[in-house]
Amino acid sequence: MEHLIELKDVYKIYQMGEETVHALDGVTMAVDPGEFVAIVGSSGSGKSTAMNIIGCLDVPTSGQYLLGGIDVSTMDDDQQAEIRNKMLGFIFQQYNLIPKLNVLENVELPLLYAGVSSAERRQRALASLERVGLAEKCKNLPSQLSGGQQQRVSIARALAGNPSVILADEPTGALDSRTGREVLAFLQKLNAEGDTVVLITHDNSIAVKAKRIVRLQDGKIIYDGDAHDPMAVVQPGEAGEEAPT
Amino acid sequence: MNFSQSFRLAVKSLMTSKMRALLTMLGIIIGVAAVIVITSLGNGMQMMMNQQFESLGANLIQVSIFGRGGGSRTIQPEDMYALAEKYPQYIAGVSPYVSTQAVVRKGIDEFKRTSIYGVSEAFYDAARGQALSGETLREGRFLTYIDVERYQNVCVIGSYLEQAAFRGDALGKTLTIGGAPYTVVGVLKEQARSEEGSGDDLIFIPYGSALRANGMADASLYLFNSTGRDTASTAKGIIEARLFQTFQSSDYYFVMTSAEMMDAMNTMISTLMVVLVAIAAISLLVGGIGIMNIMLVSVTERTREIGIRKSLGAKGRDIRGQFVIEAGTTSAVGGALGIGLGILLAQAAGVLIGGMMAGQNGGGGFSAVPTVGAIAIAFGVSVAIGILFGYLPANKAAKLNPIDALRYD
Ligand SMILES: Nc1ncnc2c1ncn2[C@@H]1O[C@H](COP(=O)(O)OP(=O)(O)OP(=O)(O)O)[C@@H](O)[C@H]1O
Ligand SMILES: [Mg+2]
Repeated sequence: MEHLIELKDVYKIYQMGEETVHALDGVTMAVDPGEFVAIVGSSGSGKSTAMNIIGCLDVPTSGQYLLGGIDVSTMDDDQQAEIRNKMLGFIFQQYNLIPKLNVLENVELPLLYAGVSSAERRQRALASLERVGLAEKCKNLPSQLSGGQQQRVSIARALAGNPSVILADEPTGALDSRTGREVLAFLQKLNAEGDTVVLITHDNSIAVKAKRIVRLQDGKIIYDGDAHDPMAVVQPGEAGEEAPT
Repeated sequence: MNFSQSFRLAVKSLMTSKMRALLTMLGIIIGVAAVIVITSLGNGMQMMMNQQFESLGANLIQVSIFGRGGGSRTIQPEDMYALAEKYPQYIAGVSPYVSTQAVVRKGIDEFKRTSIYGVSEAFYDAARGQALSGETLREGRFLTYIDVERYQNVCVIGSYLEQAAFRGDALGKTLTIGGAPYTVVGVLKEQARSEEGSGDDLIFIPYGSALRANGMADASLYLFNSTGRDTASTAKGIIEARLFQTFQSSDYYFVMTSAEMMDAMNTMISTLMVVLVAIAAISLLVGGIGIMNIMLVSVTERTREIGIRKSLGAKGRDIRGQFVIEAGTTSAVGGALGIGLGILLAQAAGVLIGGMMAGQNGGGGFSAVPTVGAIAIAFGVSVAIGILFGYLPANKAAKLNPIDALRYD
């Protein structure tokens, strides 16, 4: 069976003067449609690097990355942009809404770049805002919303283009724990409705909300399996991790 | 596809920071306004000149004679008449044209600004009903051969004098020119609103009398009319050939046709306009650099926005387009403001210059109106400048790495 996401022996190597940093050091993993995967690891373990590659924002130094069966590891910038537009929905820690655009215009952006006509854009963006329960705020500016609401707008934006994968990078990092839980619950709901979700976090208590955990350390996968397995939350060589809430 | 959004965003950001927008556009505004003012004034000048030449008659040929060619060589009116008789297909008429200064009086009224010209009976072409310099007769008659031959004290006056000195009833009455009484035999049709010092404030007398008043023996200026606009240069050649025959040198006379004068005038004004517009274009260049500068700032300020847009699927050309449109919009708004300002300034200058010239010209009013072409070009050039100078910053934005851009604060 064809995987939705497939990394084959992926390396990302940064040359820092004399020193070479293996941000990803031979990562092989696959994600199938309908999965909810959390990529966890301590600071510097390579999570963001993995996210950038999975999100087609960057290409591996070596190895292959297939998204929906298409090899994207050798694509140029514009081809990557098109793949991001068609297949990926990003949710960022800082929401990353454009402050000058109102909520509706923000949600319309992926459709704008997909070349969707303005009437259809509006209608689909509204439907997407409906899903996160913020349709009535569509004329507001992001600054007029609470953090949690802004994050829901960014989720609506991620959903608007009807992507194959929702990629969430520390989506609760800027939120208080109650709002964070709401956002997580929402991601779980999306997954239950059939969306594929990849969540990146350093926080075990968040990672366990996923169905599957992939743990990175020094650019290598040290655990890949069920999120409810006790081994999933064991963090070798790292103390002081936040306790699950 | 995202043109309208980019355009709206550009307008929005101009509106939210008006001061910054104004300063950014200042160079363009000044440059465009300057171009509009210059072309408007040049245009008005050209129109006025052409009107004046037109009223003088497009067929007019002026012959100036400076000297005697180091001997007793002179040109007599008869020599010139002979030319007209010999080449009727080219020369329609000729007359001496002697300007003189003298005090004009009617009773206790004194007319200081009245122009006095001495001409011959040939100055007025009865068949065409028009004088060589364009005037037409309204009442009475023009000077006759006898009047001229016998230095009769008769005159033809303009409508201003008729009104001011005779209250509209001048025929047969007398006025004094330089103390000598002259009888009014004809009145000219109004051509410059009968104002003092205008083309209606004039007197024609026999040229012999004018020469005598000036203490000269021979007329130094002749007016010819060619039979048409296209025969003017042939007529000029004939006249020059005749003058050369007498003076044996081309240093003592100067023949110029109305068409040539008009052309020379137009060329001069056009050249002046080109030079001034080129100077104004420097301001446009500075304006373009201002726009480039502010766009570079804008790209830096909005690095994160660029990263977000790219993460959502914006391609290089989408980002480039957005910033180019923004720069183009800024300069287009600047251009529009400049055009508005330019039209206002040109109008003000037009009123000022028109006021200064009111007394002098033959009634052709001065108005500084920009041509539609000049406006269109000014607008087009300002948009083009925005696009040109916006391209570099826009390209910089388009080339940003999305990961770095997303991380930027
Ligand atoms: N652009 C880069 N140039 C050089 N080294 C880099 C670059 N990006 C990442 N690295 C290095 O690669 C390693 C992995 O970094 P990465 O950002 O993926 O970690 P992370 O797991 O996301 O950490 P955090 O939880 O702190 O965000 C680190 O050692 C980092 O210093
Ligand atoms: Mg990171």
